[in-house]
Amino acid sequence: MTSNIISFTPVLVCLVSLLAVLPIVLLGKKPNLREGATFVAGFIKFGLVVSMLPTILAGTKIEYTLWQILPSLSIAFRVDELGMLFALVASSLWIITSLYSVGYMRGLKEHSQTRFYSFFAVSLSATLGVAFSANLFTLYLFYEMLSLATYPLVTHHQDKEARTGGRTYLTYLLTTSIGFVLPAMIFIFLKTDGGLDFVGGGFLSGHIGPTEALVLLLLLTFGFAKAGLMPFHSWLPGAMVAPTPVSALLHAVAVVKVGVFCILRVYSGVFGIDFLADLDLGVIISWIAGFTIVVSSAIALTQDNLKRRLAFSTIGQLSYIILGMALLTPYGATGSMMHIAMHAFGKITLFFCAGAIFEATGKKYISQMVGIGKRMPITMTAFFIGSLSVIGIPLAGGFWSKFYLLLGTVETGQYAMLIILLTSSLLNAAYFFPIAFRAFFCKPEDSLFEDKVEEAHPCAVAALSLTALATMVLFVYPEPFYSLAEAATRQFMNF
Amino acid sequence: MTEQAPVLILLFPFLSAIVVALAGIRMKGLCWPLVLLSLAGSVCASLSTLGRVLDEGTIRYHLGGWAPPIGIEFRIDGLNALVAVTVSLVALITAIYSKISVEAESKDKVSQYYAIFLLLIAGLLGMVITGDAFNLYVLLEVSALTSYALIAMGSKRATLAAFKYLIMGTIGASFYLLGVGYLYIKTGSLNMFDIHEQLVLNNLEQSPTILVAFMLITVAVWIKMAFFPLHAWLPNAYAFAPTTSSSIMGPLVTKVMIYVMIRMVLTVFGPDYAFEVLNWDNIVVWLAVIAILAGSIGALAQKDLRKMLTFLIIAEVGYMVGGVWLADETGMVGSIFHIISDAFMTLCVFLFAGIVFTKTGRRNITAVEGMFKKMPLTMVGFIVGAFSLIGIPPTAGFFSKWYLIQGGINSGNWEYVVALLISSLVNAVLFFRIIEIAYFGAKPADGHDDHHGEDHSKISEAPFTQLVPLLGTAALLVIIGIYNKDIVSIIQDFLLPFNLGAGS
Repeated sequence: MTSNIISFTPVLVCLVSLLAVLPIVLLGKKPNLREGATFVAGFIKFGLVVSMLPTILAGTKIEYTLWQILPSLSIAFRVDELGMLFALVASSLWIITSLYSVGYMRGLKEHSQTRFYSFFAVSLSATLGVAFSANLFTLYLFYEMLSLATYPLVTHHQDKEARTGGRTYLTYLLTTSIGFVLPAMIFIFLKTDGGLDFVGGGFLSGHIGPTEALVLLLLLTFGFAKAGLMPFHSWLPGAMVAPTPVSALLHAVAVVKVGVFCILRVYSGVFGIDFLADLDLGVIISWIAGFTIVVSSAIALTQDNLKRRLAFSTIGQLSYIILGMALLTPYGATGSMMHIAMHAFGKITLFFCAGAIFEATGKKYISQMVGIGKRMPITMTAFFIGSLSVIGIPLAGGFWSKFYLLLGTVETGQYAMLIILLTSSLLNAAYFFPIAFRAFFCKPEDSLFEDKVEEAHPCAVAALSLTALATMVLFVYPEPFYSLAEAATRQFMNF
Repeated sequence: MTEQAPVLILLFPFLSAIVVALAGIRMKGLCWPLVLLSLAGSVCASLSTLGRVLDEGTIRYHLGGWAPPIGIEFRIDGLNALVAVTVSLVALITAIYSKISVEAESKDKVSQYYAIFLLLIAGLLGMVITGDAFNLYVLLEVSALTSYALIAMGSKRATLAAFKYLIMGTIGASFYLLGVGYLYIKTGSLNMFDIHEQLVLNNLEQSPTILVAFMLITVAVWIKMAFFPLHAWLPNAYAFAPTTSSSIMGPLVTKVMIYVMIRMVLTVFGPDYAFEVLNWDNIVVWLAVIAILAGSIGALAQKDLRKMLTFLIIAEVGYMVGGVWLADETGMVGSIFHIISDAFMTLCVFLFAGIVFTKTGRRNITAVEGMFKKMPLTMVGFIVGAFSLIGIPPTAGFFSKWYLIQGGINSGNWEYVVALLISSLVNAVLFFRIIEIAYFGAKPADGHDDHHGEDHSKISEAPFTQLVPLLGTAALLVIIGIYNKDIVSIIQDFLLPFNLGAGS
């Protein structure tokens, strides 16, 4: 193991989008320049993240302590494989989403676009902050920042529905973070005499007993409600009132993945996989996650609103990630971390498509989309590819993460989980394929659309084609996500 | 000059009260600048005192050169130096803010208002720096009498509220005086430090007289700080007072009384007596839990913005009383730190309430409707204050909770931890209700079609003299949060000799 590098870059990554707020607000009256600022910030951010990739792949960590806030506690950044993986996903997709936003927001002539782009940039800062947090305290800081910064985005429409959705959103997220995570964090702080720094193999072992460990584990698992684990999932369907770019990047990638990322971080960096295995706590979590997977997939089947169906599908897919880590095996962990990336690309494509359909035709409900393939062939093809990835069928990146997750269940002999995963895949197919199928193959008299091809705003189409393409590329070449996940697993499991 | 700094803290507002009253006869325009000047002087004096305390340790200042226990002694250590800085700073900020609202709300009584205002500050600062138990009583009455006047200058209902406060306040003050009398009988001294020495020397721990004195003084400060269920005077008094009055009293009066309680517990009676001989700390923590919950529930029920904030004060008082009686060092640190952070966050939200009242003339929380569009900077200031009260890092409020919760866990008072968390969540509900109204409007709009297109409404921010104090306070909240380590280390140094240990 080579020694760690101290560098300001991770701080810069977070700052870039935070500082971008200034030009965005100042250029509010000139939309083209304003979006230009977003793109410049996006590319700088992505560039900075990529510039750290070779170092991380070489096994070196990048650290920076920003501010010592308490004697034993600081706001500190640390880039490792897991954080890198998440940062890559979030920062690359921010650029594509910005492209998409331009099409979507202008296509629909949405109001308050300056506010929209500003808070979007702040949210991305918080997301990357979570990815690069070196300790639980910094993580909590950025986690709260993300909850609050996304509120104006969720309630963007400022109508009655947005109000209700926003209330649910904050109620769930703040109640759990203040009610569960905060006391758990302070308890850990006291028990370990001020140690909250994430360590590869965890640091709680030896400090607490089995009962305390169980309580802390549950507090920290449910406390990060952004992960959408049942019964704290209802905020996500509620948050679908947001404009689609928000649902796409934040509620398929940034926000929800921050939730699972925090949980993975806590399992690996605070408890330690070995400690959880010794106490046999993984089983409890895998059953909770397994329950969420099956139930949410079943609920998704019943939803006619496309975005809501996608939301419930997301809830299920997030639990895959938690389940994978809770298997406490190398394959499970690798699959779990890869799924962060694979699901992100697949699901964001699906959301982009849902938004494009809404923008071009005003349709929100699946029952209104019969025959839409004739009208929007590119969009619906992308939708098909996105669903392949989420279901986990070859030719799309989602296959690899599911493959490793299944290997993980076999590895521990938890065949019940194997069955759950397979059932869920079937359910996924059942709620996705009919949409694509009926869009293309329906009797001419059933079709609700004319034969004329009329796609959404070109920016939106470009964005969704890009992510769909990326999904397929990831099947052929799942790098650098595979290497990162694999290296991270080696760290956590010490082998 | 720095030799005399301790007394200058008090003298600046005290003497300029007279000057301001005189200036009012001819030159009304001079009142406000004079107030600012004197309070700025007070801030400088308290800062230089704090600096000296940090360099040299406890400062003993003999008033008029008379040596204690006969003469009055100002004894300034880390604790009251910090509180004095807080009080004078809050006073200065409120004074800047007051220009417009005092002129609007007490038109022909501007100079009288400011004279009384300065006397109140003098009383509060005096209570903080004095080391003499009887002198404290005098200053307690100074601040109480001026408070009644400042409240009664408000709207019609304020008169009755001030009268209720007067009755309760007088009972409290009498209790305090009785308590000090009992102490004097037993120890023959009025100097706080001397009293403590006598208590220890003469082994008076079992004396029923001392017990009665302790009870009387504790109940007296509880009445004065509006500790539930002795709180009934507070909500109406602060809600109907002129906005400047509530902006100064809301943050300061209760906080100074918490300071007095801590001073009594630690310095006069000593933690051994207060926590171990009496052994009622668990009961008090439960009382604090009830106070926190009652304050939170009370706040939820309010439609009047300022009245809602007054109930929050009651809950916050519960935080601090509980934190002290956890009998745990971290809890005590939390309480003392919370005096500072709560003073500023209460100030922040009261200033906001004042601005809303001047702008709209309405008290109901629906008055904030549409303010995100009209007054974005004002809302930013308010949001920082609200986040601090909810306890979101890195604001000051988060760190006081951080220490208080640690204290609760350390001493095993889980009920207190739960109460703190519930209250944080209730605060989140309260403030997001306001934020929601400011963002969406009071009634939900039907569609979002009418919102399309960029901003129609014009920006009309609060006047400069109101906006700057609000944003300054908001900035201070973040600064206190970020530099909390340094403040806490002063508090910890102060607490070191008391040897509180962890848990009871």
